[in-house]
Amino acid sequence: SRELFVLTYGALVAQLCKEYEKDEDVNACLDRMGYSIGTRLIDDFLARSAVKKCRSYSETADMIAQVAFKMYLGITPSVSCSSATGNEFSLILDKNPLVDFVEELPAERASLSYCNLLCGVIRGALEMVHLAAEVTFLQDRLKGDAVTEIGITFLRKPEDRKHRRN
Amino acid sequence: MADEALFLLLHSEMVAGLYRAAEQSEGENGRCTTKLESMGFRVGQGLIERFTKDTARFKDELDIMKFICKDFWTTVFKKQIDNLRTNHQGIYVLQDNKFRLLTQMSAGKQYLEHAPKYLAFTCGLIRGGLSNLGIKSIVTAEVSSMPACK
Repeated sequence: SRELFVLTYGALVAQLCKEYEKDEDVNACLDRMGYSIGTRLIDDFLARSAVKKCRSYSETADMIAQVAFKMYLGITPSVSCSSATGNEFSLILDKNPLVDFVEELPAERASLSYCNLLCGVIRGALEMVHLAAEVTFLQDRLKGDAVTEIGITFLRKPEDRKHRRN
Repeated sequence: MADEALFLLLHSEMVAGLYRAAEQSEGENGRCTTKLESMGFRVGQGLIERFTKDTARFKDELDIMKFICKDFWTTVFKKQIDNLRTNHQGIYVLQDNKFRLLTQMSAGKQYLEHAPKYLAFTCGLIRGGLSNLGIKSIVTAEVSSMPACK
């Protein structure tokens, strides 16, 4: 059934490529869709995993990598913290099921972020638990890098969270 | 399982996204259904190739339809088709009383008109699967009461 998801995702990207000529538009569209999915996926995730509240950004990043990715995509990326302030992390995926059936990006689509949906999903899900973040691809195996790396930058310092009351 | 939730969300997002884009450019509503169906077609072709790699050759059309109702439907929607009817002259009606993609919507009449959008992808899926098994077909869907559909 994961194949169904992977194949559907592929058909979706192909369809978007037909509709939008520029890679940035396709990337933006995938990100938007991922964002909507993420805002709903977080409910499903919290219901299924019943995890306790994360108390720090690094716990959150670990949670995403070890629990969420494993639950939905069956892989466990490794997490590394890439800044002294403790709010930038990267997830390194050595295996990416979304690209199982993709050999390489076509030449005219060289800047397509094929998995941009993932970034949107992470961003949307985090926002629903009141954590603003920027999520982008730092490296992409489809573009020739050695691994696929997703960077998560949390946009608010931990102290600010207590003051946020809506 | 968890995969299903992901697929369901992706699918509803696809439907919503395509229709949103269509609203912004005028008068493309009919094309959305076609686009969804052709996406389903591609996916169906790929899926059926992977599922039938190791199974024996199908004896006839009815055999193929039974395969779709049982194995294919189970792998995709985690349940079998509830009812298969045929007139033995090339028309088959598959009925699913609890269609996975519609269970998330309320069972009343208010969303009935939106239901076909969600079925377009699945129609394409079936058509793609059949086409890769050598059968040309036309697949249509009908929803009379949620979440059942034919």
